[in-house]
Amino acid sequence: MSKIDFAPLIAGIYILALWEGLTRISGLPHVILPPPSAIGMALIDRSIVLLPAAGITLGLALLALVISISLGTAIALLFARFPVLERGLAPYSLVLQATPIVAIAPLVIIWTGIENPRRAILILAIIVAVFPVLTAALAGLKAVDPGLDRLFTLHRATSSQRFLRLELPTAAPFLLAGAKTAAGLSLVGVVVAEFVAGTGATGGLAWRLVEAGNRLETATMFAALFLLALMGLSLHALLSFVENKLRN
Amino acid sequence: MSYTSIPPKPILISANQASVSYGNLLALGPIDLAVKAGECVVLLGPSGCGKSTLLSALAGLQPLASGSVTFDGHDYAAPKNTPNRAIPGFVFQEPNLMNWARALDNVALPLALAGVEKAEQRARAQAALTRVGLLAYANAFPRTLSGGMRMRVALARALVNDPKALLLDEPFAAIDELGRRVLDDLVLQAKNDQNIAILFVTHSVDEAVYLADRILVLSPRPGRIVTEITVPSYARGPEFLTSTAYAKVAAQARRALVPALV
Repeated sequence: MSKIDFAPLIAGIYILALWEGLTRISGLPHVILPPPSAIGMALIDRSIVLLPAAGITLGLALLALVISISLGTAIALLFARFPVLERGLAPYSLVLQATPIVAIAPLVIIWTGIENPRRAILILAIIVAVFPVLTAALAGLKAVDPGLDRLFTLHRATSSQRFLRLELPTAAPFLLAGAKTAAGLSLVGVVVAEFVAGTGATGGLAWRLVEAGNRLETATMFAALFLLALMGLSLHALLSFVENKLRN
Repeated sequence: MSYTSIPPKPILISANQASVSYGNLLALGPIDLAVKAGECVVLLGPSGCGKSTLLSALAGLQPLASGSVTFDGHDYAAPKNTPNRAIPGFVFQEPNLMNWARALDNVALPLALAGVEKAEQRARAQAALTRVGLLAYANAFPRTLSGGMRMRVALARALVNDPKALLLDEPFAAIDELGRRVLDDLVLQAKNDQNIAILFVTHSVDEAVYLADRILVLSPRPGRIVTEITVPSYARGPEFLTSTAYAKVAAQARRALVPALV
């Protein structure tokens, strides 16, 4: 792992050069496809608007992620302790999970977002991100080695000893995998919710993307997309980092 | 000859007309047995005869359909009546190690669960690892250890809280011949040095004769004791394996097992 592979970097430079060259030679209007240099310029020119917007979106996504991880784990614990709850509620959670979030968004915005759009966005992002955490945590809690379970029974472990020394360590890798999925989804949730909310009141990056689209500022759209991709990757990298730390 | 001057060794493990059933199906028993301090009794029987079930019942991990089991004088079938009863050492078929914890922490687990102070946990776990020859691997994670070494860690964990009795459930079946001999000798050492009562379940006649003071041969399901063989107390070691005494007892055990299998 210590050796860095330069192939993706070199490939990226080639692709950007080809993109730049082709857009210039073909005379394609920048409104359809701006060259990378124009996107870079837009990123710098519009950074006063784009960066704070990115901060709002990233902040909402991070908050949604943290709440989803805590909430998903808490619900999983509750389900594991009281299986009747899981059996009773699982079908309905599946309904919520299977319904496209875009379709639920207008309702949630009416209920919770009229005076505070950010709250609605947060709730929508949590609705999308909480399920992978819940599913992973449940799987993790059920993955307890039956042999170790008997050993803990033999030594009369209390339920808190069992949780801290057996269930939590068993569930940890599952939880992290779930959190990784949730990180991507919380960003998707925030972006979709910002789109649907469709007002500048949220001030997020997705809103700036829509705004730039309406003004046919294609280069700014690309710049916003670039920032969104960067955010998604950073969230993923952050959780991979935590995963590696915990493994060692 | 008179033995009256020697105090009788206390019975540590006993089953009295104990039986276990799954639903309406009788899985085991009724069984009577008693294991004294410093004695190794081997349960030998065909697969599925309920040997493991009996061991679980003796450890209080399996409810009885009838009869009773006691450990160190406490009734184990009614664990709620004796919340502070002693816990026997138990070695399972699998090492059952926590793969997220180092060997030392795995060994210390019974002490940690009993609320023993950290420094003492560490010292006693180190002593137990030394006993099985793995002190150098105290900081190793289970996945870096061989199958035999993992079993030795499991044995150290079973011995760490100085139990009066050790129950072993076909523990070394998956270990290679040489590794198994090492583990068998460690079990005998625990018996001799610490006067532990040992109840050992196996389906290997060789292992049974090597370890046992007494062999109890069980019938197929529902398991009952069909034969009891007393093994003369010769010194255990490589020579014992090729002695006529060994061959005689092994033949006796095999003969007892054959009707059990048909």
